[in-house]
Amino acid sequence: MKDLIRIRDLAVRFYTYEGIVHAIDDLDLDIRQGETLGIVGETGSGKSMTALAILRLVPYPGRIESGSIVFFDKALGRELELLKLREGRMRAIRGNKISMVFQEPGAALNPVFTIGDQISEVYLLHRRQELGHRAKQRVDSLLKDGTGLAAGMRKPFWRWQHRLYNKIAQESNPVEPRLLSRLPLFRRLLWRLRDEANLLTVDILKDVEIPDPARVAAHYPHELSGGMKQRAVIAMALACSPELLIADEPTTSLDVTIQAQMLELFRRIKVDKGASVLFVTHNLGVAAEICDRVAVMYAGRLCEVAGVEEIFLHPLHPYTKALLDAVPMPGKELQTIPGVLADALNPPPGCRFHPRCPSALPMCQQERAKLKEVSKNHMVACHLF
Amino acid sequence: MSDWKLMVRQLVKNPLSLAGIIIIVIFAFIAIFAPLIAPTPEGHRDPYMIPRDGYSATPRPPSEEHIFGTTEGQYDIFYGVIWGTRSAFHVGLVVIGIVLVTGIVLGSLAGYFGGLVDEIIMRITDIFLAFPPLILAMAIVAAMGPSLKSVMIALTVVSWPSYARLIRGDILQVREEDYIEASRGIGASNFRVIIRHALPNAIYPTLVMASLDIGAIVLAAAALSFLGLGAPEGYADWGQLTSFARNWIVGSSTNPLKYWFAVTIPGLFILFFVMGWNLLGDAFRDILDPRLARR
Amino acid sequence: MNALVDIRRLKKYFPIVGGVLRRPVGMVKAVDGVSLAVKRGQWLGLVGESGCGKTTLAKTVVRLLRPTGGHIYFDVPDEVKVEIEELESLGKNSDKLTSLLKENDLATFPGSRVRLFRRRAQLVHQDPFTSLDPRMKLKDIVAEPLRIHRVLSGEASKTAVKELLGTVGLSAGQMERYPHQFSGGQRQRIAIARALATKPEFIVFDEPTSALDVSVQAQILNLLKDLKKEFGLTYLYITHELLIAESVCDYIAVMYLGKVVEMGRPEEIFHAPRHPYSQSLVAATPVPDPKRRVGRIVLPGEVPSPANPPPGCTFHPRCSRASDECRELEPPLEPVGDDHYVACFHPL
Repeated sequence: MKDLIRIRDLAVRFYTYEGIVHAIDDLDLDIRQGETLGIVGETGSGKSMTALAILRLVPYPGRIESGSIVFFDKALGRELELLKLREGRMRAIRGNKISMVFQEPGAALNPVFTIGDQISEVYLLHRRQELGHRAKQRVDSLLKDGTGLAAGMRKPFWRWQHRLYNKIAQESNPVEPRLLSRLPLFRRLLWRLRDEANLLTVDILKDVEIPDPARVAAHYPHELSGGMKQRAVIAMALACSPELLIADEPTTSLDVTIQAQMLELFRRIKVDKGASVLFVTHNLGVAAEICDRVAVMYAGRLCEVAGVEEIFLHPLHPYTKALLDAVPMPGKELQTIPGVLADALNPPPGCRFHPRCPSALPMCQQERAKLKEVSKNHMVACHLF
Repeated sequence: MSDWKLMVRQLVKNPLSLAGIIIIVIFAFIAIFAPLIAPTPEGHRDPYMIPRDGYSATPRPPSEEHIFGTTEGQYDIFYGVIWGTRSAFHVGLVVIGIVLVTGIVLGSLAGYFGGLVDEIIMRITDIFLAFPPLILAMAIVAAMGPSLKSVMIALTVVSWPSYARLIRGDILQVREEDYIEASRGIGASNFRVIIRHALPNAIYPTLVMASLDIGAIVLAAAALSFLGLGAPEGYADWGQLTSFARNWIVGSSTNPLKYWFAVTIPGLFILFFVMGWNLLGDAFRDILDPRLARR
Repeated sequence: MNALVDIRRLKKYFPIVGGVLRRPVGMVKAVDGVSLAVKRGQWLGLVGESGCGKTTLAKTVVRLLRPTGGHIYFDVPDEVKVEIEELESLGKNSDKLTSLLKENDLATFPGSRVRLFRRRAQLVHQDPFTSLDPRMKLKDIVAEPLRIHRVLSGEASKTAVKELLGTVGLSAGQMERYPHQFSGGQRQRIAIARALATKPEFIVFDEPTSALDVSVQAQILNLLKDLKKEFGLTYLYITHELLIAESVCDYIAVMYLGKVVEMGRPEEIFHAPRHPYSQSLVAATPVPDPKRRVGRIVLPGEVPSPANPPPGCTFHPRCSRASDECRELEPPLEPVGDDHYVACFHPL
């Protein structure tokens, strides 16, 4: 099976007032179809930046300097080089084929629109044809069963609508509705699309286990709790059944018991929708709970990638080992990693972890190690291997 | 210290702010060295009263003796604008100084303590703000008798409420920060918290407004003097000089610009002075905002 | 009983103002009757999720907030406490009672006594990025407590600052710098150095590592361990992460919606919790062990708002063992084992 995402030699740099920050350096990573890949790292590791780079949302003053991100579009059966796409094509992918869930649900939702409106927006943007098709069908049934004087008066109106929705259902972006949406009085002709989107919204809210979805859809974000908001954001991300769902620390701001509910939800989504998930987190426990494979990053570089059991039971990279030792567990002595996190502006030469590494070799200071496959499915970037 | 150095460097880099600084420095130079630039003639008692060369009412154009000409009543314009710089700084700095102190004290008390103190102070500022500022200033000057001192008092009374409000708002915001609570946690008294922690963090927007306002105060004082409600006749004050030129703005029927020097020269001094402070204030605001955003 | 800090039936309510006249229309019961004792030299962990009142409790214990009810006894001999309880049970508001309370109950201390208290107890905030004055230099931040309490000044204070910085692992050469030039972990160290300045006996930590990375967190926790041993400190440690509490604390109290629901030793709470909430908390905590995944008890529903707590046992809407009794009566905190207390009618 083809890999869903293939990142090769990705470099993202930030041109700041104080200097150039190498946020991501020489990254090679694959996301397979149907898997949940976790990226684990601390501040400055580049994990969030990787997620943003896939969607080409790297904020100023950052730039994707070089590299390639190849996305295999299952529906089209084609590979796309994401970094070379036009912005218009990229926008068609965001929210549709690849979607993202951010850390702060309160910040990701617009406070002046209801939840339902915001989720419907996704359908209106990406699924116009399907909405047009459904609207056409509805008008069709109206034309068939509509009887009586009132219905008779409306019939020509409905026929006109029918033609309009037929057009939307067939072409991707026909001229008529675009014109009509600009003219104030005629905009209401397109309200049926919005109604169809609302129905789909209620369905997707049910999928993310929000109780009483019709009522919740009419609420504003500030009326919901953190966990519900995050579910709403996940619903927005899942609306168009994306092939890749990117989650950037989605449970970090939630309480532990709510986080447990969220992780259950993610597990169910994995099974039901069959999407791949890129799960960025700094919490090793969460990664162990939900990921199939885990990638560990440090200071913008990939240290180790392996299946979840492999990496927790047999960590190979010294940083991975040190990180696991530093997690407080009952009955275990807390091991610290000496030194401080690599300075983003002036990272150590060669391997970025070498000043803090207990098993550093002299060559670690000169050159960095390339990612090597040490055992089946287990890749490490370290001179020790 | 690197904080200040960075600020100074940014001030100097921006051409507009550099222009503002240069203008203010030139004016300061003029004000300090006024006795050397326009020496007071022998026997003249009060250096702030412009020396007269005769008693004719018609202004005379610039000549060798009077570099900028003379205005109605034969007051030397050159002397007037040079010493007027001193008056301008005097008025601007004193008024802003008092207004800042009053505004900061009342505003911090209102913002930090809230409750009844806040309500009382805010209602008082409401009362003052209910009056149109220039009208209130004119009324105060008229009641106290026209003089530069009454102008300063009037402008102080009219300007302090906005500062109290501004500081109060910023203190309200800073009050919720963790480090304020931490200072109380280590046992700091309210006084110490306000002076040492809250104010230094809240004061920058107020300082920006103050530097912009120095120009505005001087302009208002000039306006009052122009209307005759300011400095006494013959006093070395820019507004006063323009007041003299009131009858001569339009000039004679044949040559409307005949007496241009009487109103334009003091006017230009006012203009550049105010512009200098405005540029400086704008520059302050620009360097403070991105710095706060970057942090 | 050598309790350094003895909290009895502590309450902290916040009024909700509403309407045009801004009258109180309700109360947010952030802390609703908490009784805890921290022994001298103990590291007590207070665990709970957001909205349970742990931060409010932390701030009330150090008198940054004024308690609405209850008593806080700091280093008060047992006889005095007994006397106060007796006088209170008699019901009368005698002068003797008021004066005793003024002398001994931190909740009713006048300002001057609170200042004295501040030399002996300190609070370290959660967010190191906002708890230091950005316009103060490092040396001034750490020296400020010394200056306020007039302990030291001038050269002596400078030496003390250097020593404090060394204790927390910072070099004296950075004394002239500003907070924004330091990393999160370093800033938290600065906050800790500031807390140690007046040589306190008791330090309250409000989630000090939640804003920090895993490796930095480990460093700070080890630092706290060393400091406690070196200076004989007593800690009240607030956290929402059960793993941290289990790993470093001597004793744990679990809070839910303003009340303590279970108290006990870490091993017992982690391996044999008796309150249904503690059990789901333990089950919901992810550990970096891929094998420990099955059999998780996922707690339904949301945490109710502290402005409108459910009647009876506040946990009953989400509890699988709730009975009619739970819906009407509040379960008291009762012993169920050796130094193990639970507030539940049907403990596990």
